[in-house]
Amino acid sequence: MKMKEFAASVVKEFRHIFRDRRTILIAMVMPVVQIILFGFAVSTEVNDVRVVFCGDLSDAEVRRAVDRIDQNKYLRIVGRLDRPAEAEEMFRKNGADVAVCFERNYGSRMVASGHAGVRIIGDGSDPNTAQMIASYLKGVLQSEQSEVSVALAGDPRSSMTPVVQLMYNPAMKSSYNFVPGVMGLILMLICSMMTAVSIVREKETGTLELLLVSPVKPLWIIVSKMIPYLVLSAANFVSILLLSHYVMEVPVNGSLLLLSLAALIFVVTSLALGLLISVISSSQRTALLICGMGLTMPTMIFSGIIFPCESMPVILQWFSDIIPAKWFIIIVKKVMIQGDGLASVINELSILAGMAAILLAVSIKSFRTRLQ
Amino acid sequence: MTAIEIKHISKRYGKIRALDDISLKVDAGEIFGLIGPDGAGKTTLFRIMTTLMLPDSGSGTVCGLDIVKDYAGLRRIIGYMPGRFSLYQDLSVKENMDYFATLFGTTVRENYGTIKEIYSQIEPFADRRAGKLSGGMKQKLALCCALVHKPSVLFLDEPTTGVDAVSRKDFWNMLFRIKASGVTIFVSTPYMDEAARCDRLALIRDGSIIGTGTPSEIVSGFPFRLLSVRGSRMYRLLKELRNIPGVISCFSFGDSHHVTYDPAVTDRVRILARLSDAGFGDCTAMDIMPCIEDCFMWLSGRRDVPTAGQDGLRA
Repeated sequence: MKMKEFAASVVKEFRHIFRDRRTILIAMVMPVVQIILFGFAVSTEVNDVRVVFCGDLSDAEVRRAVDRIDQNKYLRIVGRLDRPAEAEEMFRKNGADVAVCFERNYGSRMVASGHAGVRIIGDGSDPNTAQMIASYLKGVLQSEQSEVSVALAGDPRSSMTPVVQLMYNPAMKSSYNFVPGVMGLILMLICSMMTAVSIVREKETGTLELLLVSPVKPLWIIVSKMIPYLVLSAANFVSILLLSHYVMEVPVNGSLLLLSLAALIFVVTSLALGLLISVISSSQRTALLICGMGLTMPTMIFSGIIFPCESMPVILQWFSDIIPAKWFIIIVKKVMIQGDGLASVINELSILAGMAAILLAVSIKSFRTRLQ
Repeated sequence: MTAIEIKHISKRYGKIRALDDISLKVDAGEIFGLIGPDGAGKTTLFRIMTTLMLPDSGSGTVCGLDIVKDYAGLRRIIGYMPGRFSLYQDLSVKENMDYFATLFGTTVRENYGTIKEIYSQIEPFADRRAGKLSGGMKQKLALCCALVHKPSVLFLDEPTTGVDAVSRKDFWNMLFRIKASGVTIFVSTPYMDEAARCDRLALIRDGSIIGTGTPSEIVSGFPFRLLSVRGSRMYRLLKELRNIPGVISCFSFGDSHHVTYDPAVTDRVRILARLSDAGFGDCTAMDIMPCIEDCFMWLSGRRDVPTAGQDGLRA
């Protein structure tokens, strides 16, 4: 096949995309909307928490603890309670998210024994958030306690409570989890769904018959269909990265090149899947259904975007292993968030590349040169 | 010279027999018509001849190339216009033309001479999306796209279905001009009136060829006489006619009934007399020449005769 015919096919495919408003909507607008939606609406993170406290302000230790809370980036002291029981009233008026109550003689007990009681009262009407805020607050206070002990007694014998610290994501930002997930989801959706639909559409309208009776080799028809979606995916990849960096403030700690390589392999896997779906479905509706039920749902469930894979039954864990998005998302997390290099993701990368090779071979082989 | 020759082609879709032992021979430079109702197997035969489908059994050549083995070479020299409008609706007329020209390794300008006559009619709408064209325009565009690479054989699957009478006439005039330029045309149609315009015909029904020959051969093979009967109560009249001895068959045919009768048993006067006895006194009857449709109805009625050879039809 000569370059001219191939180029004409690619140009034609781009025209199909840009002349259909729905396609554009799905390909270019949906990723942005999803990222922003997940970022702001579906967030379970600790952010701008309003804290009220109850305790003796004349106590230096209490003052120190309160100051520390107030200086924290994610916490904000909004008031003082006379009695711990007032916390409930405060929550009901939506005046605070959490209450911290210091026991009487907090400072003197702390100095004397290194142990002092603090009660954290969370707003249980939103248990997930309350849980998260409480444990974050606990972390802040515990570091305070151990510092106190160190300063006063010379050795940290006081509190043996382990201090929980989340590496890479100290504020437990949910965007750290969903950005890789959404990236996987979107790339998969665009490549496989749109490729499948665009080939099946030609089946439905009968234009595939014309393409097949032309001297053009079927392989080139396929490749010319894939190129535009590859380009679209690249654009989406960049826009997701920009959005997550500048809007969600998720850092790219690792190598951008490695990340792009992983994305490229994943995109090829998805394109091959799309081609495979187009071979087995006879109508656009079937293709959409297969993509939705067969790809999007398992990707959401098994790739760890929503539920951690580790807490699933073993059989389901095995099942999750055959989902390409799972491996891609792991790579993105490692490279993007943890800043790992090639050595640590080489396993996942090889699995993904293997999947891409097998799927591509099978789908090209099954794309027939005839109608059947 | 033979342009298309297919031998004993059969094709099944599961349990349904779409084509049953079809053999045909088409000479180079003729318009060959495949006439038959919907579901007769016309499109399946087209797909097999255009290398889009494999036959279950049988073989065939187009321009000397095998329809199975030489599919790649064959795809360069045939033009195919599928039954329904199969161009890109979201591309403009010009974009469709250019794209199909490029696929076949040529350009519109290079072969402008071949398509000029037809293309000039749609050229004023070159920038319009194909989906926004009228039915007749779409058909012309599809024909242009099928012709743009100067094929030796043109396959047209029901090109005039859903097109108005004037455009159909137009279309056939275009076909005659394409034929004059040396292209063999294989065309299918459910319209019997178009059959008479073909050089030769094959009548197909339920996957079998029930007769082949030139239109006049097919008509002259009709062994009976035909009467066109009109009256006021047409439906009751039809039932009455079927009861008259010597009447082979009777079909409603537009605003009259076509009555096939055996001239050895009865004739026009006797049929009219029988009718007026039965209370249909206002009928008029006229001896007419059978047309292709009459032959088709007769041929498809007698499935026991395998080929129509002895009746003057070429099998």
